[in-house]
This record gives sequence, structure tokens and C-alpha cells, in this order.
Amino acid sequence: MMNVKIKLFGIGKEIVNASEFDIELAAPYTVAVLRNEVMVKYPSFGDLRSVMIAVNSEYAADDVQIVASDEIALIPPVSGG
Amino acid sequence: MVDKWVHISDDKLDEQAIMALVRSDSAGAIDVFIGTVRNSTKGKNVVRLEFESYDAMAIKEIQKIIDQAKMKWPIEKMAIYHRKGVLSIGEAAVVIAVSTPHRKASFEACQYAIDTLKETVPIWKKEVFEDGEVWVAAHP
Repeated sequence: MMNVKIKLFGIGKEIVNASEFDIELAAPYTVAVLRNEVMVKYPSFGDLRSVMIAVNSEYAADDVQIVASDEIALIPPVSGG
Repeated sequence: MVDKWVHISDDKLDEQAIMALVRSDSAGAIDVFIGTVRNSTKGKNVVRLEFESYDAMAIKEIQKIIDQAKMKWPIEKMAIYHRKGVLSIGEAAVVIAVSTPHRKASFEACQYAIDTLKETVPIWKKEVFEDGEVWVAAHP
């Protein structure tokens, strides 16, 4: 098992009611597994238009591997400009 | 975040200064896009906007937009400044300025930049109404 810290922004902060949270991951430690765990823990993320995962401040595809020292963030639908 | 060309700021954006930044003797055109805070959405009065940014990533994504634009068009100089925090009606949320030798490229590069920014840059906008608030585009 691996514990990862996840940064939150925008509506993500309101769903979790925090600016970050921890989650326990079982292997394989991939973005897809992480997203699935987040959805199980906080089903409201499933209501959003999209939820992207950023690893070390880059958008990460589902097959990207995560290590404990990575900076992970949940990216709800962006709306800048 | 202090960079001359890419900037995310709590402070009010200085539109004139950003325009001056991209002036170039070899450019025949400067195009500027200013995104401002509108006073209503779908008939409801907007009181203010609140912008939140994942600064480290937003800076990187904005830099990518400038890098891509420079590959597509003959750009002399390009600057993208985004505001965060609480904004009042009429204030500038984003300023994009680009200079090119001829006008067509400056229009196209500027439009490409704002369209891409709205899709990729991790910045979030909350509209605050008289009777509630909503994170823009969060839900389908």
C-alpha cells in the first residue's frame, strides 16, 4: 500500500471540504487506480464534467505511474480567462 | 510568480504596461485580448468573481501556449497575464498581448491563446450572485 497526498482546487476543495487529502492506494500505483479510489471515497467527483489528474504539475494519462514523492493534484474542469 | 511574459497575479493587471511589453520595432501589429468581469450571466446579476489558480502548473501551461504559438506564427513578443483572487465587475481577469510583423498572425495567435487557455490552464472561476455562487463549467 502507498499513501499519497492530493492537492485540491476550485470545486474539489468544496467536495472534500479541505485543500488537500490523503488516500491509500493498492498496487498498481497508476493514475487510473488513483482516480478510481477518489471516486469511491468522494462520489461527488463523478458529477463533474471531468476530473483530470496532474502529476508533478503536468496532466497525466491513466497509465502514468505514481511514486510517493510525486505532487498529485485533482484538476476539476478549468474555467480561467 | 515573477516573470516578464507569463504572470499570475493577485494585483490588478496593468493593461498599458502589458501592451508596452510586446512593442517591437520589427512588428507591424499588436493584438491585445482583455477578458473582463461581466455583470451578469444568463440574466442573473453577478456581484463578483473569485479566481483560484494552481500557480506552478498554470505557469507551465501558459508557457506551453506561448511556445506553441511561436511555432505556428512569426511572433515577435507575447505576454499572458492572469489575475486571481477577488475581482469586481469590469476588472481585467486576463490580458494577452502579441506582436507580429503583420496583422493576420497577431489576430490568430491571440485567439489561439485565449481559446487554449480556457481549455488547459488550471485556473478556476467562481461566479458570485446575489443569491448564491457557482464554479463555472464544473458540472455538465
